[in-house]
Formats: sequence, C-alpha cells, structure tokens
Amino acid sequence: MTDSSKGIGSKPQKNKPKQRKPEQSKPDQSSSLSMIITLGGVAMLSGLLVVLTWQLTLAPIQENQRIMIEKAIFQVIPGAQQRKTYIITDEGIEDVSTLQKNQKKKKLKKVGLKLYAAYDEQGHLKGIAAEAAAQGYADMVRLLYGYDPQCECIRGFSIIKMTETPGLGDKILTDTNFLASFDALDARLSANKKTLKNAIITVKHGSKKNPWEIDAISGATITSKAVGKAINQGAAQLLPKLSAHIQELQQLKTVKTNAPHTPNTTQETGK
Amino acid sequence: MPIKEDHTITADTFLTGIWKENPVFVMLLGMCPVLAVTNSVINALAMGLATTFVLLCSSALISMLRNFIPKEVRIATYIVIIATFVTITDYVIQAISLELYNALGAFIQLIVVNCMILGRAEAYASKNRLLKTLTNSLGMGIGFTIALLSLGSVRELLGNGSLLGYSVFGDAFQPWVVMVLPPGGFIVLGAWLLLFNWLKERKEAQILTNEGGIS
Repeated sequence: MTDSSKGIGSKPQKNKPKQRKPEQSKPDQSSSLSMIITLGGVAMLSGLLVVLTWQLTLAPIQENQRIMIEKAIFQVIPGAQQRKTYIITDEGIEDVSTLQKNQKKKKLKKVGLKLYAAYDEQGHLKGIAAEAAAQGYADMVRLLYGYDPQCECIRGFSIIKMTETPGLGDKILTDTNFLASFDALDARLSANKKTLKNAIITVKHGSKKNPWEIDAISGATITSKAVGKAINQGAAQLLPKLSAHIQELQQLKTVKTNAPHTPNTTQETGK
Repeated sequence: MPIKEDHTITADTFLTGIWKENPVFVMLLGMCPVLAVTNSVINALAMGLATTFVLLCSSALISMLRNFIPKEVRIATYIVIIATFVTITDYVIQAISLELYNALGAFIQLIVVNCMILGRAEAYASKNRLLKTLTNSLGMGIGFTIALLSLGSVRELLGNGSLLGYSVFGDAFQPWVVMVLPPGGFIVLGAWLLLFNWLKERKEAQILTNEGGIS
C-alpha cells in the first residue's frame, strides 16, 4: 500500500523503517529539490553576508592591528616616534613598503626575518624590534623585544600573546626585579659576528651576576625562562644577520612613505 | 518592552527569558562561555552582547524562513545561519577592539555551538511569527547577558579587586586569584545556582503553606 499509493516518479523509501506508518511518512517527505534549494539558498545568502562584512571590516581591522604593533614597538623602544618594517635574509635587507606585491615578497616572507626599525622624530635610529616566541607554562609566549644597537643590548619586551596563569605568569609584566634585568640586557656578538657572545639565560631568582642574565621570578620560573629563551633564540638568529646591515638602517630615508594609511604598511601586519 | 501589535505577544514572552526560563540559571544552557569568559565584566558584557546579536539575527531569519525549510535539513540550515552571524560578529569585534578579541579567544567562534541559540531556533523561531520570536529572543539574550554579568562582576571584584577595570578596594586588598581562574567560574556559578534554587524552593514552600491554609 505504501508504494502503490505513490506515483511512479516518487523516490523509493529505502531509508524508512518498514514498520513506519504511511500516514506519517508521506507528509514528512520533502522533495530533494526543495532541500537542495533551501540549503543552497541559505548558503548563498550567508556567503554574501560574510563577504560583505569582511569587506566592510577589513580596513578597521588592519588599522587596529597596525596600532597594536606600533604600540608594542614604541613600548619596547623608548623614544621611538616612527617605524619601518624590513625583512632580512642572508642576501640582504629589504624595506617591505618598497617591495612590489610580487612573488619576491612572498618568498622573502618565507625565508627572511621580519624586523621593525624604530626612529625618533628626526629620523635617527632608536632601536630594532623583532618578534620572538618560546613555550611557556600554558602555551607559547609570543613577545616583541627591543634591541638597542648603540649599547648592543636588549632594552625591553612586550607580550604579544600569552595565556599564562593570571596572578602568577603575568608577573613578568609587573615584577620590578625581573624587569630590571632588561635595563641593559647584554646581547653583544662574538668576535666572528656569528653568534651571541653570551647566550641570554634566565637564572634562579636572586642569582643574577652578569649583564646577560635574567633574574627569574620565584613562582613564575617557567614563564620567566620562556621569556629568556625566546629572546635568546630570536636575538641569536637576528643579530648576526643584522650586524652587517645596521649602517643601512641608521637614518630613516623616506619619511613620507611611512604615512599611517599607506596600504603597504597595513598589509604586512595583517594576518 | 513587549510589542503590542500582535495580540499573542504578552509581557511574558519577553520576560520569560530573563527570569522564569533564564538560559543560564534555570535552563543551564550555554555553560561553556559562561564559565570561560566571565573573568571580567567587560569580557562578560561583550560575550553577552555578541551572543544576543547572533541569537536575534539567526532567530529572525529562521522565523522568516520557517515555512520554506524542509524538516529533513532544518538543523543543517539552522547551523549555517547561526555560523554566518557568528562569523559576522567575529569580524565586527575584531574591528572594534583587538584586545577584546584576544581576551575572548576561541569563544566567539564557539557561539556557533551554544545550545541556547540552537534551542531557540528549534523550539521557538521555527514555530512562531517574526515579532514574537524577536521579542522572546531579545528576552533570552538579555537574560543570558545578565547572567554572564552577574558572574563576571563577582569574579572580577574578588579576583582582581576591580569593576570594569577601576579599582574598588584599593591597594590593601589581596585578590583571590582563584576567582579569575577556571575554578572560580565553577565556584561563582555554583553560588548563584544555590541562590536561585533557594529562591525557587522558598516560593514553592510558600505556595504549599498557602494551600495548606486554605484547605
């Protein structure tokens, strides 16, 4: 009765259990076409809405990211007023804003290290900021450290992202003893300019003797160590390469291209 | 504010989400953001507003489309609609403040699986007219936001000694760090549930004694 009452063109009820009554199953059935139309229509509508929102929010989001990066850079390099982004590779150093949007940029992004050169109002180099990361207690601790080429030392750091325990791990932002290590954290290069002369290391609370040691926070040792490790790794990678090119960066060349709204500067900070 | 245009809408349509069927304190729905992002007032408020926005938009769209959505694919359709508005919220929050976005973390995207929203879609929006659905959803959203705020304010006050970032107790206050950590969420939620259940039981006892007096 179930099948005979239906037209020939109707779908065979393979999936329906046999004991189900026809009175119930028949009105429940919607044609596949209407399902496809509904799902397709809804998907198209949502695609449209999402793309529209993405378009509208793209500019403010990039502006936010730029402000956030700049705030972090100016925090780790005291006195900085403007900044410029470079990518450094074994072959040389390139200004990101002058790079064309071609494959070269993509390639450089992969092999090169990104660094931010910060200048004061007159365009004199104040310092170099670069990103570094290391495993902390909860997750990766991502930070930005500021390098002062004049004293060849690390002047400070700011956290880009971390999920360390509030009240314990986040003491790295407030603990005065710990932060005092960054007044002038020694990051000189060895004689052959290939490595750091002294690896930057986090030592037990109260046992800091040398300028390249970081005084750990008791109760937040793992996070303190992560900061030291991140800076050590980052500096050991970047500084030997940087030392050859530091003269090129001394003076800010084109002040005008660094206007806050140029598409290039916002693009490179976007993720 | 109940809308009078449709006579089926009563004050109760709106108020039920805030008190009688409060999604957090009574129905215990959407516990994941309730516990995870209520460590400060601003996070709780942002999460509450984001959820309310998604709830309102998705309910409205589902209510409008309710006669066209085949029964077999309704859940899939609801999820797609909810996910769309969550993605929109995600972008908008990024545009408003990246700090807030980082503080809320993955929980914005997780609004998709908030069972309060899917529950509203299935139980209410798919059966009621647009205005009635909107009224009810607004009530539910506000109820959810109030619940998040009541957790967030207690946790920020005890765990950080501040409210909305402003110090309340001064420097002498030793913050209870546990309150801004996950266990604090459970403790505060438990305390609020205790209060609500106690109120409920007292009311029931009152009704019982009243009835006893009559008979």
